[in-house]
Amino acid sequence: MAAGVQRRATGELRLVELFREYEDFVAVNGIDLDVPPGSFFALLGPSGCGKTTTLRMIAGLEEPTSGRILLGTEDITNTRAHQRRVNTVFQSYALFPHLNIIDNVGFGLRQLKVANWKTKAMEALELVKLADRAKQKPRQLSGGMQQRVALARAIVNEPEILLLDEPLGALDLKLRREMQIELKRIQQEVGITFIHVTHDQEEAMTMADTVAVMRSGSIEQLGTPADLYDKPATAFVANFLGQSNLLPIEVTSVSGAVAKVVSHGSELTVESASLPDGQTAGLRLGIRPEKLRLVSATDSVWTNRLSGEVTDVSFTGVATTYLIRMAWGQEITVTQPNDGTARATLGEQVTIAWDPHHAFVIGAD
Amino acid sequence: MNWLRKNLVVIIGLLVIAYILLPNIVVVIFSFNKPAGRFNYQWNQFSLDAWLDPCGSPGMCEALGLSLWIGVVAALISTVMGTMAAFALSRYKFPGRSATNLLVFFPMATPEVVMGSSLLTLFVAMGLQSGQVTILIAHILFTLSFVVTTVKARVASLDPALEQAAADLYATPAQAFWKVTFPLVAPGIAAGALLAFALSFDDYIVTNFNAGATTITFPMFVWGAAQRGAPVQVNVIGTVMFVGAVAIVGIAQAIGSRKRKVDA
Amino acid sequence: MALVVPGVRPVRRRAVRRRGTFTPLILLAPAMLWLTVFFVVPTFSLASQSLQTGDIDNGFVFAWEFQNYASALGRYWPQFLRSLLYAGTATVITLLLGFPLAWFMAHRSGKFKTMLLVLVIAPFFTNFLIRTLAWQVILTDQGWVSNVFRATGITGVLHWLGMVPNDSLMGSPFAVIAGLAYNFLPFMVLPLYTSLERLDLRFLDAAGDLYANGWQTFWKVIWPLSLPGVVSGTLLTFIPAAGDYINSKLLGNTQTVMIGQVIDSQFLRVLDYPLAAALSFILMATIIFMVSLYVRAAGTEELV
Repeated sequence: MAAGVQRRATGELRLVELFREYEDFVAVNGIDLDVPPGSFFALLGPSGCGKTTTLRMIAGLEEPTSGRILLGTEDITNTRAHQRRVNTVFQSYALFPHLNIIDNVGFGLRQLKVANWKTKAMEALELVKLADRAKQKPRQLSGGMQQRVALARAIVNEPEILLLDEPLGALDLKLRREMQIELKRIQQEVGITFIHVTHDQEEAMTMADTVAVMRSGSIEQLGTPADLYDKPATAFVANFLGQSNLLPIEVTSVSGAVAKVVSHGSELTVESASLPDGQTAGLRLGIRPEKLRLVSATDSVWTNRLSGEVTDVSFTGVATTYLIRMAWGQEITVTQPNDGTARATLGEQVTIAWDPHHAFVIGAD
Repeated sequence: MNWLRKNLVVIIGLLVIAYILLPNIVVVIFSFNKPAGRFNYQWNQFSLDAWLDPCGSPGMCEALGLSLWIGVVAALISTVMGTMAAFALSRYKFPGRSATNLLVFFPMATPEVVMGSSLLTLFVAMGLQSGQVTILIAHILFTLSFVVTTVKARVASLDPALEQAAADLYATPAQAFWKVTFPLVAPGIAAGALLAFALSFDDYIVTNFNAGATTITFPMFVWGAAQRGAPVQVNVIGTVMFVGAVAIVGIAQAIGSRKRKVDA
Repeated sequence: MALVVPGVRPVRRRAVRRRGTFTPLILLAPAMLWLTVFFVVPTFSLASQSLQTGDIDNGFVFAWEFQNYASALGRYWPQFLRSLLYAGTATVITLLLGFPLAWFMAHRSGKFKTMLLVLVIAPFFTNFLIRTLAWQVILTDQGWVSNVFRATGITGVLHWLGMVPNDSLMGSPFAVIAGLAYNFLPFMVLPLYTSLERLDLRFLDAAGDLYANGWQTFWKVIWPLSLPGVVSGTLLTFIPAAGDYINSKLLGNTQTVMIGQVIDSQFLRVLDYPLAAALSFILMATIIFMVSLYVRAAGTEELV
């Protein structure tokens, strides 16, 4: 199916020291990035972090203040949007309201003077399962369908890179989940490099091979979703991707693979490998709520144990989430899967424990 | 009583519509009159005389032709200049933009009698002979701001992402303009042109200042005729214009609403 | 993978490409040239004319003759006041009539919306002199309007208000104001309609839900939201009405002369250009002053 739109991306996208400054603020503050061909890449961050500006610079819709953009061996920094083999799925879809669906999808092909544009456009519409709507106008379609048309309109041109600017932002939750799977399927089918901008960490992790977390114009951390989640390098990443309990620690001794640390007077162990190089001050230990266990006060299997009082219990069906207040006042979040183990009650004194392998250490910001 | 309160706005609305239409209805009725004296004020007798001889009043059809000609030329020129200015004002940021907006607004805030008289002083100072050229200059001037305002509103309502999408899909700036922006702004430009024509065709005050002694537009003819009793043919023209306007506006609206319905 | 190196800033290259620097200038040039040559320059030439002395036979010379302004105001202040009064009254009437009509069109007309819009716009395209002449027919002494007004006592009330000099409706302030209101009504209705059509009717339910009665809903919700339409509608009505003299000439009498009529005859018949220019200038200054006060009070800087 859709043989016409099969294309393996050939060029690697490289951003070199890319800056975008406005009169009163710096939107993109020096980005260096390599995106390998054929990958599904996500730029993740809160609004105003510069991810959309970065995307628009790749598309050619915005000029970098300085820096270079390379596609394969070609420097495309000074080419304009219509000269780049890069296509975009806009946040508002930006379907042309005066053209019907097939003319929207065929727009780029006709600009490129592709002879059999109609056949190719129909194939692209089949790919997004909207071939029967070819003759309709954009406003006759639902939001989800418009989104798929926008995708078809971009993909049909077989670009080197497809840019997606919060493409699922306007869809409701259920549709968004469906489209996430759909997008992933299409990306694997056509093999084009996808660069996806989103503020939704779950969306980024579900779809992308590689995620770059952005903050105030810079890339905070880059890696696979599992890397970012299990080994966040900063407090920002630790909290932007999921929830984390962070405890201040001081390293007391390192012996081999294990290091001893102290937090609020409690002695704990961490893996030496997780300690950031050369930093000793301002370190914090992070543990995800689902990595914490409620254990009995006498259990000695666990080396890392803390105790406190349950101040909140919320049952969500698959799990129970507790807030547990420590002696020093901090509340620690614990998620206990609904696997039949006994549940704690409000006001109860409990002991929590975790495997050092499941914790991470982050340096000072 | 409750019914009255609920439908009061409808009743008042219909009465106001009647107020708006009443003179037009009178114009239509009296186009079939055969006045007893010079003045076509009192119903006398049904007659098709004026309809069968619409140009029977000397000079009227010439004046009408001149007004149509001036209206078309003025609308054309002010639409082209106004559309260009509207794009500049809504799409670009440049120093002096708000001053430019103000300059566009001022002619609309100037009473016609002031505009007409100040143009007259300029033409007199320049030694420019009053006539068709001076009328055209004046008409382009007072229709220009209305075109700019109308087109600007349309351009502003356009999603800038559409042009970017066109550029993203390999359209050069010129292609993006002609394939995407222009078709989408076209209804606004057409509305601006129609408004410019209507304003030009209807104008008496500014024209009267700048027409000179021998150039007579249709409103000037009607004005002159009104002093000594307007011929019935004036009502015929009035009727044709009203019916024509209802037809044109009606068809335009119907096409618009059918499009919306099909699209919905 | 290379990440950000803090503190290292690459040399900044200024303006990679110059995109459309001159485009707005080129686009604006014809219109701005036109407005400058035929609007700004004439305004100055009008101002200079208003300070000249002399007469049409011996020519006019510039002389800082402020006396022109004194005599313009001294001789014609009643016509000035009358113009503002008539235009103001007509504007209030168009607002009172236009608001219910605009509301009716926007929210109660159902499938007749298009037709009503056509009926409001279409008279625009019929010559307004012809329509004003039709008012002469409508208000004529033996006409049914006059008869109904006399029979119901409305004429009496109008006479008591000083709006009609005797028991005939033609040739009266009433006729002039009615004509003005009629002629400029579409200029009021269309901006109002645009504003009201955008108004979400759920606001009314919300207001009702929050214990507002009909009047409170109107003043606290509908009116503020329709203010942009009200402001542009009143401006588009008041400004041309204040300078108009067609209505006062065709429907009024010698006691209803408005300032436009004076300017017209001073320019084209009396040929006292300096005095006429001074009158024009006073009218323009008055209107600009009033409009800017009004716009500031209404709090909408967004003009038209």
